[in-house]
Amino acid sequence: MHPTDFSLRGAIEALNEGLISSVELTRAHLDGIEKLNPRLNAYITVMAEQALAQARASDARRAEGVAGPLEGVPLAIKDLFCTAGTLTTAGSRILGNFVPPYESTVSANLLRDGAVFLGKVNLDEFAMGSSNTTSAFGPVENPWSRANDPDTRLVPGGSSGGSAAAVAARLALGATATDTGGSIRQPAAFCGIAGIKPTYGRCSRWGVVAFASSLDQAGPVARTVEDCAILLKSMAGFDPKDSTSADVPVPDFAAACARGVKGLRIGVPKEYRLEGMPAEIGALWEQGLQWLRDQGAETVEISLPHTKYALPTYYIVAPAEASSNLARYDGVRFGLREAAKDSDLKDLYERTRAAGFGPEVKRRIMIGTYVLSAGYYDAYYLKAQKIRALIKRDFDDAFRTVDAIVTPATPSAAFGMDEKQDDPVTMYLNDVFTVTANLAGLPGLAVPAGLDRQGLPLGLQVIGRAFDEETVFAVGAAIETAADFRAVPTLRAGV
Amino acid sequence: MSLDTATVRRIASLARIRLEEEEVGRMQAELNGILGWIEQLQAVPTDGVEPMAGGGAVSLRMRDDLVTDGGIPEKILANAPDRQGGEGGEYFGVPKVVE
Repeated sequence: MHPTDFSLRGAIEALNEGLISSVELTRAHLDGIEKLNPRLNAYITVMAEQALAQARASDARRAEGVAGPLEGVPLAIKDLFCTAGTLTTAGSRILGNFVPPYESTVSANLLRDGAVFLGKVNLDEFAMGSSNTTSAFGPVENPWSRANDPDTRLVPGGSSGGSAAAVAARLALGATATDTGGSIRQPAAFCGIAGIKPTYGRCSRWGVVAFASSLDQAGPVARTVEDCAILLKSMAGFDPKDSTSADVPVPDFAAACARGVKGLRIGVPKEYRLEGMPAEIGALWEQGLQWLRDQGAETVEISLPHTKYALPTYYIVAPAEASSNLARYDGVRFGLREAAKDSDLKDLYERTRAAGFGPEVKRRIMIGTYVLSAGYYDAYYLKAQKIRALIKRDFDDAFRTVDAIVTPATPSAAFGMDEKQDDPVTMYLNDVFTVTANLAGLPGLAVPAGLDRQGLPLGLQVIGRAFDEETVFAVGAAIETAADFRAVPTLRAGV
Repeated sequence: MSLDTATVRRIASLARIRLEEEEVGRMQAELNGILGWIEQLQAVPTDGVEPMAGGGAVSLRMRDDLVTDGGIPEKILANAPDRQGGEGGEYFGVPKVVE
């Protein structure tokens, strides 16, 4: 077996048994990156020398009998997580030269547990997008392609497109990602891998470049549900530096993967049966529910009546918070500065931000500025916050009678790089199934469940109660076992 | 509600984003497309509903009002595009703001 084909759990076992060293494992991934990244563009920054040094140090620790839970495991880090001494761009020109002097809590937790960082992976600019085409460092290509149309290059989804493409193409055993409206789950589904957005507050936001602070949540992507569980255990935990970090114990998520679903009640929201959704996605959803029934779960139809208002609500709340968070990019303290010879301070701000932000980021800042401006705040922002409360209430009501909710992860498979680019709202519809969990603060897992007729992966989503990722992992693992998803993308390391 | 070009320019100014004259029309069309789509929310009855402000717990944790950080001017200034004063630059440089 090629070293890049290990699951994360398999790699940990092989390292423990001395079948492979971290240096060998790391080098195999770096070789894959060197070969495939020029095409996939998944990595913005490859940290080859540093990764090999970390791997050598890890092997030395292991030899001394001190091995952390992720000892020697090579990972990719979304370029939204600040990494001390390494360029952190958020996919934006405005942070194109930013080298943070500090480490994000989540990445520090991974380093504490022995992980090796291969590099920083690409994303939509400031995590705003569903196709990874808004990055200032160029689009990422999905390593999968259509069987009947192999020349059309597909998007990996977004915003964590680099994370998902890197993991799917075997250029990392797992990756950090973030999810504000679907940015972990949609790219995971498009790339045929698993990914979980945990409960809001589970992972610290400290040191993660902010987009919409009441929605942003970090989580892992990996090729199996259990690998996500192992990574989340390391990433999660209380952090006094994030005022919204939850001071709750971190359970053994990996153990929960083996729990089974016998006796669980699985909710099936009728509002998620969208008109115009491909029949294959509806069929896969029904298949997933049947797999769960076969394993002893009961499925029940539920109603989440405010579902159809979730996306427009999100497109008030998220831009409002973004317009406030992104006010910090002023060309004075860090990042890009653009000025004319006679610029005053306001002109410096305006030129810097015009040159530094791409079109999607500008649109969202503009929308956010408008909905927060005097005279419109109540009609837009306050109204959206109230509907957000109703969306959360729908879930609270549903979780009185069910233990988890299962839906499709996305309304389509991965699309072509030049599709859906003309109208922002068409692009926004990608997140129709995922955005509700962000608004309600709930955990959501995407798990690969099958292929469409063109051979592209499709995913299902499991949503759980706040801080009940364990049930989410149990249901996700049950779907994964039944689906027995073994398909691999055309572009991958080791072939 | 539809935004006119003057409003688009005003929002850009509030957001401190320079908009070139030829960009105004396109931005106006895109913003109106998004706002038109958002408009459907006005139909949702929300009387008596408490707005949900955060993503998690209703009340945020308080900490003691103590200094927990500081003494790292070099790190703070390390990414500054323009450093002024002293030998290596001791503060952020900006255009003159007081005449």
